[in-house]
Amino acid sequence: MYQHTRLTTNRLGFFQKFRNFDYILLICILLLGFISLATMYSTDGGEIKFHTKSHFTKLAVFTLMMLVMSFINIKYWFSIGYLAYVVVVGLLVGTYLFGITSSGSQRWINLYFINLQPSELMKIFIIVCLAKFFHRMKLENVNSIYTILTSLIIILLPMGLVIVQPDLGTAVLIAISGIAVLWFAGINYKYFIYTILGFIISLPFVIAFLKPYQKLRVLTFLNPDKDPLGAGYQIIQSKIAVGSGGIFGKGFLKGTQSYLEFLPEKHTDFIFTLFSEEFGFVGSAILLVIYAIIIYRIVAIGASSRSYFAKIFCYSFGAAIFVFITINMSMVLGLLPIVGSPLPIMSYGGSSMLATMIGFGIVMSARVHNQQLIA
Amino acid sequence: MINSSSDNVKKLNSINRRMFITGSLKFFIMIGIVSRLFFLQVKENKKYLTLSDKNRIREWKLAPVRGEFHDYFGNVIAGNFEAYQLHVIPEQVEDFRYVIYRLKDLLELSDNEFKKVLKKKNEIKPWETLIVSDNLSWQKFSKINNHLYDLNGVKPVISISRNYPFKENFTHLVGYVSQANQDDIESTQAIKKNFVPGLKVGKVGLEKTFEEKLIGTNDIERYEVNAYGRRISQLEFQKGEKGKTLRLTIDTEVQKLANELLKDKAGSICVMDIYTGAVIAMHSSPSFDPNLFVFGISQDDWQLIRNDPMKPLVNKTLQGNYSPGSTIKPIVALSALENGIINTNFTVRCTGKTEMYGQTYHCWKKKGHGYVSLRNAMKQSCDTYFYEIARKLGVDKLSETAKKFGLGEKVFGDLFDIEKKGLIPNTQWKKNALGKGWLLGETIITGIGQGYIQTTPIQLCLMTAQIANGGYKIYPHIVVDDKVKDQPVDKFTPLYKNSKNIKIVQDAIFGSTNEVMGTSYRSRIDNPKYQFAGKTGTAQVKKITEEERELDLKTFQIPYEQRDHALYVAFGPYKNPRYALSVIVEHGGNGSTTAAPMATKLFKLIIDRHKIRESLRNKKYLEI
Repeated sequence: MYQHTRLTTNRLGFFQKFRNFDYILLICILLLGFISLATMYSTDGGEIKFHTKSHFTKLAVFTLMMLVMSFINIKYWFSIGYLAYVVVVGLLVGTYLFGITSSGSQRWINLYFINLQPSELMKIFIIVCLAKFFHRMKLENVNSIYTILTSLIIILLPMGLVIVQPDLGTAVLIAISGIAVLWFAGINYKYFIYTILGFIISLPFVIAFLKPYQKLRVLTFLNPDKDPLGAGYQIIQSKIAVGSGGIFGKGFLKGTQSYLEFLPEKHTDFIFTLFSEEFGFVGSAILLVIYAIIIYRIVAIGASSRSYFAKIFCYSFGAAIFVFITINMSMVLGLLPIVGSPLPIMSYGGSSMLATMIGFGIVMSARVHNQQLIA
Repeated sequence: MINSSSDNVKKLNSINRRMFITGSLKFFIMIGIVSRLFFLQVKENKKYLTLSDKNRIREWKLAPVRGEFHDYFGNVIAGNFEAYQLHVIPEQVEDFRYVIYRLKDLLELSDNEFKKVLKKKNEIKPWETLIVSDNLSWQKFSKINNHLYDLNGVKPVISISRNYPFKENFTHLVGYVSQANQDDIESTQAIKKNFVPGLKVGKVGLEKTFEEKLIGTNDIERYEVNAYGRRISQLEFQKGEKGKTLRLTIDTEVQKLANELLKDKAGSICVMDIYTGAVIAMHSSPSFDPNLFVFGISQDDWQLIRNDPMKPLVNKTLQGNYSPGSTIKPIVALSALENGIINTNFTVRCTGKTEMYGQTYHCWKKKGHGYVSLRNAMKQSCDTYFYEIARKLGVDKLSETAKKFGLGEKVFGDLFDIEKKGLIPNTQWKKNALGKGWLLGETIITGIGQGYIQTTPIQLCLMTAQIANGGYKIYPHIVVDDKVKDQPVDKFTPLYKNSKNIKIVQDAIFGSTNEVMGTSYRSRIDNPKYQFAGKTGTAQVKKITEEERELDLKTFQIPYEQRDHALYVAFGPYKNPRYALSVIVEHGGNGSTTAAPMATKLFKLIIDRHKIRESLRNKKYLEI
């Protein structure tokens, strides 16, 4: 068939693939990696210590992995969609059974060569899985009960496994990733509206079911000054750090809030606080612009892709990344309650970076193979 | 195929539409985040910058250097010395137990002291300074310095502390300092402002009165600290100001002599310039060493001072309410003259006792003085004469004159919070205070300074000074101050109606000391340079019964607490008077035998010192 011949003649050579790279996206990712390294260096007190070294290694390995992934045909990523999902669900089950407990939750699984947080990977692979699920579906079938129920099960299964860890924050992020795909796949608007309404109505009941520490987080968010040295400490110190940064910041390695250890979790969830304290409003705005360009490129790659799978993956991944960034920043700026959510690439943490880089890898592969059609 | 491609188009339309909605949402959310950043970092920047500095900068205040007390000639009465201290910062010590036991051996600490140190250690954070010893002797300090190689983390420190070089000489006047307690902090703003743990503040005397001037201001060290309060680096050192040094009108030499004279006795001596009101010496005996209090007095020392029957803690010059005895007679005489009750020719016959209103009143001389005029009565201190004129005068007129001359009122105003007012009774007072009518018999004994009347030694000194200067009001002071002039004021307020009356009284007092039969004749100095005039006084502590009067016991035969107080007031040199003094020896027996001889020694020194004092005063004026 015509299309088939087109497909076969469309095999790209190595250098052609190289030329097809989205260099703007690549440069932005590298720039982000560099910024994250510098920030990590600052969290180590201006010395190359454990966090900087470890972050550098992960960054180098995973960037390389992303580049390798981009040479692999998007077809292949499509084909492993369900398998990857099943494997990660398996890892989550493994985590539930044999996971490593740290600070009260069982999130990590020991894979002998690496301690992995499968819930982070699920943020990406749920998109791959659902994108494949909707790829071949006719639009009129999208809103059938079978489709909706299946996709809900696909989302709720890993969510449940993550909630029992317990890690509500990541579970919510997984759900958002999944819902993003449902949104782009064309699920009727009314379902989203109903869901949002239902969520708002059930909110008081949900709060009643929250664990005490989660309830405390919500209450603290509503009024952090109530207990400034206890539950409100993180958010107050974070706001002080960001606010005291001013327009141009306190200068690289001069962030007193982090240097003097007032900032909690400065390597991970609160990395933006440190960056913002040292580089100020201008630096933060530049960082946001870099993130915006990355998201824009991801969406643009989606738009230029011929295959529906690549399109829906890129759009959803772009939306998910955007939500991750927004939630993290809103949290450290005191706009949302504290939920454990890392800032993509910037935050220290291998699993999160691995997941993000896999996402970038697939997006890059979609770009390189943007003329690829998937049957 | 067509179906599928039209479906594809529909799918693409749907996804693109939704992408557009998502993109718009993203745009608005992004704007929201940027505005939040703008709000925090640009608009509220100042607020958060302040909060951040509050977080990271902590101030440490150091004890201020206290102002000194100098005497008139610039000798240091209360100064500062370098105390040798031993500080340990527990977290900088590798093996705290070893070091602390080693220190115990080297410093020869008692178990009790050692326990206190360990208790203190448990109360502080490991990076805070533990003061093991606050005032080491030089020997121990150098011993520690020699063993420093073995005492890792121990810091020998030289710190500034209070010192009273003249020990017990100035205790009641200057007071002493000791560690501030909660009351001190709450009552005085300056202490509250400058408080640091271990701060020493004035507890009594001038040290307390002038706390606000003396205290100075803290040195301030600003440190950057981390979230756990550990010091990271010093940002600033702000030097504090030393407290104001106060110069007193006191002459240390005279003060020392006063101390010597009252050694092992209970009593008071004060000396005053009769024109300026400057206090030259003011001593209350027995005294104690104020240095004992600086680092906290030991229980043994405290009990010794507290339980001393001579009451060293009482400032007898200001707090001692004594019956003035015969030292009141010049005022009685003056009052009678001023009110026209008597003139110099008025005589009374003394037979040793007199009967009035059914009661017998005795003169001190059993045989009686015979016919006495005012001058003779004063000279020999004839009680009968003064009974008579007091009776004629009445207590109300007497109290009026006495109050005019400074009795019954605080001499220094607010300068000392412990100062007593004494008591000058009148009929109104008795009605108000006791609710009874005044009895004439009470007037009679008031005439010889017994009964309700009570005066403090400083009041007697002021009274004498104001008679000596010709009857003019003066304002006693101790601190040389810009406001109070150290020079005689040109215009005095007269306290008399007729200056002749003052002259008559002065002359009578002169007779009392310098003429045969005078009560203090044996203590006189013939050399006109030192010649002085004084009036003795013997104040009864208890009522003498008729049997006791018959026994006529000598002083040493009476139990100590029942012996009379010996008093003496005097001024000199007679030709051109300049100084007045009052001496009180508690239970000293007779004024003429115990108190008056002290005045002899004092006047010799005071008048010798006058020249030096005067030259200093003139020199000072030349400099200007």
